[in-house]
Amino acid sequence: MTINELDSMVYTRPDSLTDVSTHYCPGCTHGTAHRLIAEVIDEMGLKDRTIGVASVGCSVFAYNYFDTDFVQAPHGRAPAMATGVKRVYPDRMVFTYQGDGDLASIGMAEIVHAAARGENITVFFLNNTNYGMTGGQMAPTTLPGQVTTSSPNGRDVETQGYPIRTAEMLAKLDGASYVVRRSLHDPKNIRLAKKAIRTAIEVQMRGLGFSLVELLSICPTNWGKTPAEALQWLEEKMVAYYPIGDYKVHPAVAEIK
Amino acid sequence: MARELMKGNEAVAEAAVRAGLAAYFGYPITPQTESLEYLSRRMPELGRAFVQAESEVAAINMVYGAACTGQRVMTSSSGPGISLMQEGLSFIAGTELPMVLIDVQRGGPGLGNIAPSQADYNQIVKGGGHGDYHPIVLAPASVQESVDLTVLAFDLAEKYRSIVAVLSDGSIGQMMEPCELPPMQPLKTSFPDWAVSGAKGRERRFLTSINLNPAMQEEMNLRLMYRWQEVEANEVRYKEYYMDDAKFAVVGFGSTGRVALSAVRAARAEGIPVGLIRPITVSPFPSKVLEELSKQVEGMLVLEMNAGQMLEDVLIATHGQVPVEFYGRMGGVCVLPEEALREIKRLVKGPLTTTGHPRDRWLNRIAKKN
Repeated sequence: MTINELDSMVYTRPDSLTDVSTHYCPGCTHGTAHRLIAEVIDEMGLKDRTIGVASVGCSVFAYNYFDTDFVQAPHGRAPAMATGVKRVYPDRMVFTYQGDGDLASIGMAEIVHAAARGENITVFFLNNTNYGMTGGQMAPTTLPGQVTTSSPNGRDVETQGYPIRTAEMLAKLDGASYVVRRSLHDPKNIRLAKKAIRTAIEVQMRGLGFSLVELLSICPTNWGKTPAEALQWLEEKMVAYYPIGDYKVHPAVAEIK
Repeated sequence: MARELMKGNEAVAEAAVRAGLAAYFGYPITPQTESLEYLSRRMPELGRAFVQAESEVAAINMVYGAACTGQRVMTSSSGPGISLMQEGLSFIAGTELPMVLIDVQRGGPGLGNIAPSQADYNQIVKGGGHGDYHPIVLAPASVQESVDLTVLAFDLAEKYRSIVAVLSDGSIGQMMEPCELPPMQPLKTSFPDWAVSGAKGRERRFLTSINLNPAMQEEMNLRLMYRWQEVEANEVRYKEYYMDDAKFAVVGFGSTGRVALSAVRAARAEGIPVGLIRPITVSPFPSKVLEELSKQVEGMLVLEMNAGQMLEDVLIATHGQVPVEFYGRMGGVCVLPEEALREIKRLVKGPLTTTGHPRDRWLNRIAKKN
């Protein structure tokens, strides 16, 4: 490689991502989220001290894409599994990567109690308002009126209940130190998301307790939209229901920002 | 080493600590709770991991995570909690991880009660979670044996990358008996080449139970089955009493096996040529031992605190070569020595048959239908 070629190389794959194509659909924001997390792991020099916990859903194969040690949890149980890993290795960086069906439905008990314990782990929570892997069923996060394969007439809150605002709910727990929501719909928000991911991991490495970053994400395939339309829908509909913001920043965390 | 008077649940907990238990995760449930309480004091005192989980579902998944590090990990529970753990147990089996599970059985089904029972036999022995796997299952009959088998459980779990269950019950968990505790082993400092720890100076590792390629998943299934054949060939354990000249054999495990021994001794005192086989490993089951025995004795009596769950394994092992009778108590009721002696005498008196099912004869008998 010549000097000139090196000069022109401004964008490379993070070391913490493996050099393989993912199984994610074109336009899916999982790729963006993976990359941001991997960049932060690289920047913080944590690649050889990280143990990830994959969940069930589209991100079940996250362990194929992160070039770090990984384990894969039963549906919803990633925070419990991460607790087990972290309690044996308190000095490692242990993170879970979970979708909204996994975390906010079947895994609600595990996430609430991991947060309540102030478990010193980091959770990346991808909210795309549906069960992606199984083909787009209604999730706890599906918006009122949103059509999915199991709410074909649109989510009727009278019979199917209301969406759960996870970040706001977990922020109420004394054990949670850093709980924020960010979005992946445009470059500015992606940069802000990366900053939050960095802070969340800093919180853990400084032993400050439970951190969670909810990332508003798109599912063009199951939403029946092009990626561009999906990003627009996220910005217009999802951000209105799930406002971007910092819901819990413990004073000790505020100092490191 | 001096013997100490200890409650079963606490003795098991201390035995695990001394076997090098690095992390314990559990949830309160009677009649097991003293193990959790004991370890909530003992583990932090030694700088080891203890978490009281929000549910048995969470507890077993904490075990799953900790087991991925290759450290010695354990949980303990009873019927309803064991049912909740089946998801995690299947995943742990599917990831080929070592762990120790203590099941202090209670009366069921449902919430049942907190009295001793052996009705989790099928769930534990046959692998209550989904998919093909076999846990190794050890059945203690005393506090001392609970201690010894708990230590053995950790060694077997590591040797075979397997779940090892200690199938105890409320009577053994709650009773106090003198026991000798094992010497203190240090925590492990070297780990197998599959364990995760952070990929420092090596290729990354990942542990998962998913394999979307059916042919490759089948290879994994076969690996588990071949490993199980190895377990069956090498790890069968049982105790026999008065069998040398026995014309009749009682088969019972755990506390019922212990009750049966009292009855066998009483029968011997009356000159009845009866012996006892007490499986220590109910999985792998001592099938060959029973098959051989079926050629020696004139009849067998299976005693259990359930409706004849191990009975089925005895029938498979003896495949109609010898008459088998059954007597059980359920719902948290123990078999008493007098009942066991009465059943031994009934067996000896006959008539004996190899037709029909021993469970039906037992049910008909207690319903006074014959």
